[in-house]
Amino acid sequence: MTQVDPATIWIIIAGLAIGSFALRFTFIGVVGDRPMPPWLLRHLRYTAVAIIPALIAPLVVWPTATDGQPDIPRLAAAAVAVVVGLITKNVLAAIFSGAATLYGLLYLLG
Amino acid sequence: MADTTTKSYYWKGFRDGAPFIFVAIPFGALFGVFATEAGLNIVQTIAFSATVFAGAAQFAALQLLQDNAPTVIILASALAVNLRVAMYSASLTPYLGAAPLWQRACAAYLIVDQSYACSIVRFEKEPKMTVPQRMTYFFGTVSLITPLWMLTTYLGAVLGTQIPESWALDFALPITFLSMVGPMMRTLAHVVAALVAIIVALLTVAVPFNLGLLIAGAAGMIAGAQAELLLERRKP
Repeated sequence: MTQVDPATIWIIIAGLAIGSFALRFTFIGVVGDRPMPPWLLRHLRYTAVAIIPALIAPLVVWPTATDGQPDIPRLAAAAVAVVVGLITKNVLAAIFSGAATLYGLLYLLG
Repeated sequence: MADTTTKSYYWKGFRDGAPFIFVAIPFGALFGVFATEAGLNIVQTIAFSATVFAGAAQFAALQLLQDNAPTVIILASALAVNLRVAMYSASLTPYLGAAPLWQRACAAYLIVDQSYACSIVRFEKEPKMTVPQRMTYFFGTVSLITPLWMLTTYLGAVLGTQIPESWALDFALPITFLSMVGPMMRTLAHVVAALVAIIVALLTVAVPFNLGLLIAGAAGMIAGAQAELLLERRKP
């Protein structure tokens, strides 16, 4: 576990708290009933679906715990989590199958 | 002011929001566990859940914190993950925009996937609802998950300090995120956005300050928006 500077953590918490509230309040509080440009809404629709995979992809291919060596349990767990999520549309089912794959394979191959 | 029908809308919201406790409880606990693993103490962990109140953005910030990303990048990336709440806010505005400012400020803080999903369905189905009835319904949907989110974060944080290092929790967070991705793939444009973001993220992994993430995210958003336009034009 790396020791993180408490000041940094508080800055992140405060920044995210203010930023998240601003994101939520902008439209309902400030913009009111004025319509938003369609091009903006069209891009906003794809933010989470772009950022989350981009955040995780390098961690799957080059895991920190193995010093960046791709390893089978982690790749398999990632694949299972995505596929189960796609099929069942159920986040919790995907988490549990992914975790079961990871720990199962770590145990078998470890 | 709270007449009988308004009150009954509170309980309608309460009932519609109740099933989401099965999401809030495990995710709150997971966040608590991961946050302590990332080096946050219990007070910081609870402050995080209570003030930010946005699961995916909180998880994203933790992951980047562990990657030793610069503070500015952590803030920008986590807020980018949370941009969808701005969309929810925009979409709720025609229904709730006429409420008093203090109510709108409280509602803004409580805009999450669950309250939005319940409310927008109900408001569209019952166009005759008054603004106070809509507001009451909205608050009803989050009455259970908000306190539970904070309570389970606390329990997770307490539990997290007891978990041994050998549990390979390094990969629990990636699995949690990947599990969220599957259900998000509602259209082909969503798939295109995700694939482009993944490819660009892998290509830009050497870019300093984790800036590759923001580049990949922007590329994915543009790709998704363009794919949506193309698919719409193809429709008869």
